[in-house]
Amino acid sequence: MTPDPHSVGIVSAQCAEFDEPLVLQGGAVIPRYQLMYETYGTLNAERSNAILICHALSGSHHVAGRYQPDDKYPGWWDTMIGPGKPIDTNRFFVVGVNNLGGCHGSTGPSSINPATGQPWGSGFPVVVVNDWVHAQARLADRLGIERWAAVIGGSLGGMQALRWTVTFPHRVRHCLSIASAPKLTAQNIAFNDVARNAILTDPEFHGGDYYQHGVWPKRGLKLARMLGHITYLSDEGLGGKFGRQLLAEGYQFGYGTEFEIESYLRYQGDRFADVFDANSYLLMTKALDYFDPARHYGGSLPAALAASPAKYLIVAFTTDWRFSPERSKETVKALLDAKKPVVYAEIESVHGHDAFLMTDEPYMRLMDAYLKRVAEEVGA
Amino acid sequence: MSELRPDLARIAGWIAPESRVLDLGCGDGELLAHLRDHKQVSGYGIEIDMDSVIGAVGRGVNVIQRDLESGLAGFEASSFDYVVLSLTIQSMRHVEAIIDEMLRVGRTGIVTFPNFGYWENRWQLALGRMPVSETIPYQWYNTPNIHLCTLNDFDALLVSHGARITSQIVMHQGRRITFLPNLLGSLALVRFEKD
Repeated sequence: MTPDPHSVGIVSAQCAEFDEPLVLQGGAVIPRYQLMYETYGTLNAERSNAILICHALSGSHHVAGRYQPDDKYPGWWDTMIGPGKPIDTNRFFVVGVNNLGGCHGSTGPSSINPATGQPWGSGFPVVVVNDWVHAQARLADRLGIERWAAVIGGSLGGMQALRWTVTFPHRVRHCLSIASAPKLTAQNIAFNDVARNAILTDPEFHGGDYYQHGVWPKRGLKLARMLGHITYLSDEGLGGKFGRQLLAEGYQFGYGTEFEIESYLRYQGDRFADVFDANSYLLMTKALDYFDPARHYGGSLPAALAASPAKYLIVAFTTDWRFSPERSKETVKALLDAKKPVVYAEIESVHGHDAFLMTDEPYMRLMDAYLKRVAEEVGA
Repeated sequence: MSELRPDLARIAGWIAPESRVLDLGCGDGELLAHLRDHKQVSGYGIEIDMDSVIGAVGRGVNVIQRDLESGLAGFEASSFDYVVLSLTIQSMRHVEAIIDEMLRVGRTGIVTFPNFGYWENRWQLALGRMPVSETIPYQWYNTPNIHLCTLNDFDALLVSHGARITSQIVMHQGRRITFLPNLLGSLALVRFEKD
């Protein structure tokens, strides 16, 4: 197989260990922790070309490339990152990190709690977006990055990018927040709550301490993922892909898997439930619910953003109803009120919320054009 | 750097250094990029066409993708020194609404439009055909222009919406026309303020 010239190629994960305790927004303290991360490209001498990629609910530090040549899937944003791609690794030094509370090697509920010698389980504290940003900042310190050329993320990742400019305004030149929102609506919290309930009421959940029982709440996690998955896609996209197609000829007049969409969702749910940790899922959805950077600024997002010298790219997708363009426009309005440099684009796509991971042509061209400007600005 | 289009150069001449500008229908951001590079002007463009938005991004212009027909909700009153609407008003449905919005959001409004009173247009009408000219290069059945007007018509509209005209330039083929402007000029540029 000839190597793809636009791929970062074979990559490997690294682990950063932190011994200084991290005080979380909820008051709990994590005495020490580790973060898994990957890097692609080269940090320049001025250390000005670093880009942080923040992952969404189910993502990880494995953002681009493959661990083995025959890996079935590359990193989750391989379409966007690589030599000659919009996030061009010939110019930028790209960092992907698995957030605290995740289940891809960074300290989380499934890690061993040094105090007990048992998995953290229900004892792992709830982590919010701002805690992630603080943990990511320590990783930036470790890597010698004083200021990111850009912090980029979609969905929950876009919230981290936005939060960076509130918490560490002078450490971010560009914030790219894609298919995201300044806070969740009641409807969005409701979806998360149903997902959490599916996990919490699974008999195998054991109050979050299922590891010791040698089981995991697979059914609950599967249901949570199936529900989530529906909200990430558009009616148009699902209709185009599956319509009312049946697996077999004619109706079976039973409750088995009959429609293609049922089969697809169950497959997706199973695949996810086999590899993801239910406690991490709970934690991530809670981080989504709590996100509201305006809260400590009298409810004013412009006030929260006032100190930021960053430039912003806000992107929404027409068929995204989980984080609709209207929500992105709230962020844009706050940036306009705060007189911040901002670009807003609303991309036509059939892919719903998941469009931020897809390759709709105008989206890729927009990202490419914006990041070329960033590269010129930072001398990358 | 390439030469600015003559009508845009005239607009740029009206804009004070270090001011804040909102450019409605900014295209690929030519005017805003020029103002930023030569007059330290800051501001935003509004554009609906995706290719133009990407073009503006490539120039490093702050561009907000949206439809002008929905107004300027989201922009605070009096938040800009200038609001520019260049060669767009003739194809808009809600002409009165956008004039009101320009007066709300900016201290000074600048509108440019093809002058329907230009003699060639009048002549073609006199001969019994709809005008087709350099500034109105469409047939009646495929034109995006649904609100054409003459210089005098536009002035009357501004006055009826509580605006005061502070300057007016009429051009033809890139040159300024001072004699019989409503007859000899094909392109009108009007600057106005709240009265």
